[in-house]
Amino acid sequence: MSSSPPSSEPLPRAALEERLEEQLNPVLTSRRTAAGLAAALASLGVEQQDFVLHWVTVVAKCNAELAYQFAALAPQALALLGPEGTEEWLIGAMDVYDRQGLYSASATLKALPSFVERHRSRERCARLEEVAPVLELFLCGLSGRRLRVAAAEVATTDTETVYLPPFLAHFPTRAQNFQLYKATAAHLWAQSRFGTFNLPRKAYPAGEHALKLLNVLEAVRLGACIARSFPGLGRLLEALRARAPLAPVPGLERLAAPGATVADSLALLASAIHHLDDPGWCYLGRLQPERAFAVREARLARERKALQRALARLASEQSPPRPTAARSAPPRWSVRIEDEGMKFDARVELDGKPVSAPPEVHHLIQSIVQDLGELPPEYLVPAGDAGVSKGAVRRFEAAGKAPEAAQGEKVYLYDEWDFRRRHYRREWCTLRELDVHPATPEFAQATLEKYRHQVAQLRRAFEALRQEQRRLRKEPFGDDVDFDALVESFVDLRQGLELPARLFVEHRRADRHLAALFVVDMSGSTKGWINDAEREALVMLCEALEALGDRYAIYGFSGITRKRCEFYRVKRFDEPYGEAVKSRIGGIIPLDYTRMGPALRHAARLLEAVEARTKLLITLSDGKPDDYSDEYRGEYGIEDTRQALLEAKRLGIYPYCITIDREARDYLPHMYGEVNYTVVDDPGKLPLKVADIYRRLTF
Amino acid sequence: MHANDFAAESLLIEQEPYYQPVGSEIALFEAAYASQIPVLLKGPTGCGKTRFVEYMAWRLKRPLITVSCHDDLTASDLVGRYLITNNETVWIDGPLARAVRCGGICYLDEIVEARKDTTVVIHPLADDRRCLPIEKRGEVLKAPREFVLVISYNPGYQSVLKELKHSTRQRFVAIEFGYPEPELEKTILMREAGIDGQTAEKLVKLAAMTRSLKGNGLDEGASTRLLVHAGKLIAKGVDPRAACRGAVAQALSDERDMLIAVDELISTLF
Repeated sequence: MSSSPPSSEPLPRAALEERLEEQLNPVLTSRRTAAGLAAALASLGVEQQDFVLHWVTVVAKCNAELAYQFAALAPQALALLGPEGTEEWLIGAMDVYDRQGLYSASATLKALPSFVERHRSRERCARLEEVAPVLELFLCGLSGRRLRVAAAEVATTDTETVYLPPFLAHFPTRAQNFQLYKATAAHLWAQSRFGTFNLPRKAYPAGEHALKLLNVLEAVRLGACIARSFPGLGRLLEALRARAPLAPVPGLERLAAPGATVADSLALLASAIHHLDDPGWCYLGRLQPERAFAVREARLARERKALQRALARLASEQSPPRPTAARSAPPRWSVRIEDEGMKFDARVELDGKPVSAPPEVHHLIQSIVQDLGELPPEYLVPAGDAGVSKGAVRRFEAAGKAPEAAQGEKVYLYDEWDFRRRHYRREWCTLRELDVHPATPEFAQATLEKYRHQVAQLRRAFEALRQEQRRLRKEPFGDDVDFDALVESFVDLRQGLELPARLFVEHRRADRHLAALFVVDMSGSTKGWINDAEREALVMLCEALEALGDRYAIYGFSGITRKRCEFYRVKRFDEPYGEAVKSRIGGIIPLDYTRMGPALRHAARLLEAVEARTKLLITLSDGKPDDYSDEYRGEYGIEDTRQALLEAKRLGIYPYCITIDREARDYLPHMYGEVNYTVVDDPGKLPLKVADIYRRLTF
Repeated sequence: MHANDFAAESLLIEQEPYYQPVGSEIALFEAAYASQIPVLLKGPTGCGKTRFVEYMAWRLKRPLITVSCHDDLTASDLVGRYLITNNETVWIDGPLARAVRCGGICYLDEIVEARKDTTVVIHPLADDRRCLPIEKRGEVLKAPREFVLVISYNPGYQSVLKELKHSTRQRFVAIEFGYPEPELEKTILMREAGIDGQTAEKLVKLAAMTRSLKGNGLDEGASTRLLVHAGKLIAKGVDPRAACRGAVAQALSDERDMLIAVDELISTLF
């Protein structure tokens, strides 16, 4: 930091005076000397003196007067702000000097007290931007449904997202304000976990005041629920409530008893509304049942369908095809639920026999029970035969003709799995391989610029892996003597055999012998920033893989109906990563639909042709398989994709999926297997995550 | 001393190791042992696989030889090699050959960490041939009835390079291990760490919290082993929050946000 040679002792007054005179000479006069400044600076420590002298030198190069003023205020600023704050204050003033000249800049310097005031309030303020990732993990750890954290002026929840103010400065320190964030988030989590919205919509009062009081009563009930499972968190909430005690309300203690529900809070509200005061507890936020109901209803409809589908699938997997007579009787499902505190357990039974249900079924059941307090029997009636009407099939048949292949263009025909027939439809899909229409390489350049620091880090991390060495034994040349080989050769010699030549250990870079093919979803639903995130992710991935030296290829896919499945070349295995590839990544655009089966089959065929010990097929997608016509949507598409993946596995290919679909946990485990997928919750994180996932996957 | 001389008795486990059965794993292991079928233990780290093998070795009164696999482990590390002593070459058995000779239990822990070409040497032992060819000596060791091969593997690792080959896994009877039920885990903690029921319950809750973070930033939740560590520290008088921070949070992650979040979860309980 200092331009002078490092000193261990603070400079005496005379030396300081000399150094200051040197810099401030143009603005010193017989009456305005450096002596006063030097006297003030002499009492500072070495580091602080170095700091001031360094900045005096820097500022004096722009304006000596400004430097003089800085030197005069510096000891005070350092005492109030520390070096970092002082630097910020000074740099602010220099910015003003650049734009508005000396007069305004000195005014900025002299406004030190108000800067200090602002700085301190910012110091103590906790910002959601910084703490949101921690809060999301925290809420996820508390169990129950996963909640997202987002910024809003008023703290509230719609049962899927917890909204919190962008910053909190209620308490004097940042740590306390963080605790307030935590308490607020926990209270909103508890509303959705412990059933604040579990009554019909009309049961809730309409007026703002009544809702506020209901929120207070619920805080008492939820506080008790929390304290039973999480004593530490319970104490935190209690301490916050104790800051503004609630006037006594007869019957309040009932709310704290185990088993109390939101109905008890509503009953108490009805009887006590006139003598209940709002104590204004700082962590409560606002209760917004309307908002919660809208989200809750959509979720219930979605989850009911998903559960019914999953049960239908489970039933078909469980039993060998039943005789026709038995088939007419629908399978009878029942679920026994245990839900207390943190423990949730659901035992699923089919026709009275226990069935081991996959985790996604448990999640669905838990989420539904969380909303309704029970699992209504109608949720357990499996969905019918995917509800495909004959009309739909006919429309599908008619849609789109196979395009005439252009000259020299290859067209491939692929089978498709029809799960109802348990058979393939032969040569059902027509797939063409096309080039992505290249854009300019600017997109890649802009991405590299945007993630400059991360790219550097990524490259370093991957290069380090590349250099990971392996000891190769029994080599003809090498860095060390291979003692095992030597001993063996000694034995051979004794037996009258020839001395073998391979007696060395060599340290060589690990030969990974790995080929990866990335298939990118180019369906219309990726339009906008998802497409940007995908393209950015590819650029980052290429950077990482180039550093690593693995063989890789990138293709995109889209299309409309079985007759027009399109597979876009972005980078072939034998093609170097250069301007052309960069331009093609830039040219990846959202197109039509996602018929995944044929794309995966084609990708597997390409991978099969590559010689490598380990072959990876990684899909980057934003949702379920889908196509124009309701035939491929839903179960049919999922089953066909699953079949395509099984075929790939049989070829020794390892499929993996990276998706940003939040509902992916409902169907991905079925398609890819329990551990072979990652859901990236925030598409914005995709560019940074993809390379990381690849690294984890291959080491 | 001949390099092969060793007392199989020294590998016997004399004291009963503490083990809480979770399901029918003991019966399954005993039946596999009686039928001379090798055993594959699947499950996340720290859920009691190694302890189970120790317990079974004690129960069946067989010597136990454990090998922790790593990617430098060669076939001769397992089978054996020649050494030179006093101008003479001496063959020394590797752990696998020793276990075969003495009719013991050979436990290859985290088998996927070993190189694939090393893993292949166990194939003839793991099918009905039940023999171990020692090429360098031109010898084929026939496994006695009492010999049993046990391997362990954690299927939760998301790594293509750490998959168990189908040709390997299909030779084994697999026993799946998960984390024990909360009540059982609590009993284990009280016994292993010497803590009271209330503290044990809190630790079990903490484990549940971290396990729900699996896939959301954590590769694995806290294992029973980590809880035992935390419990032991608490029993030694360490503040519970500090104990959990050191034994659980720091063991699970290095990521700042994750550490803060786990720390906050710890403070919701204690």
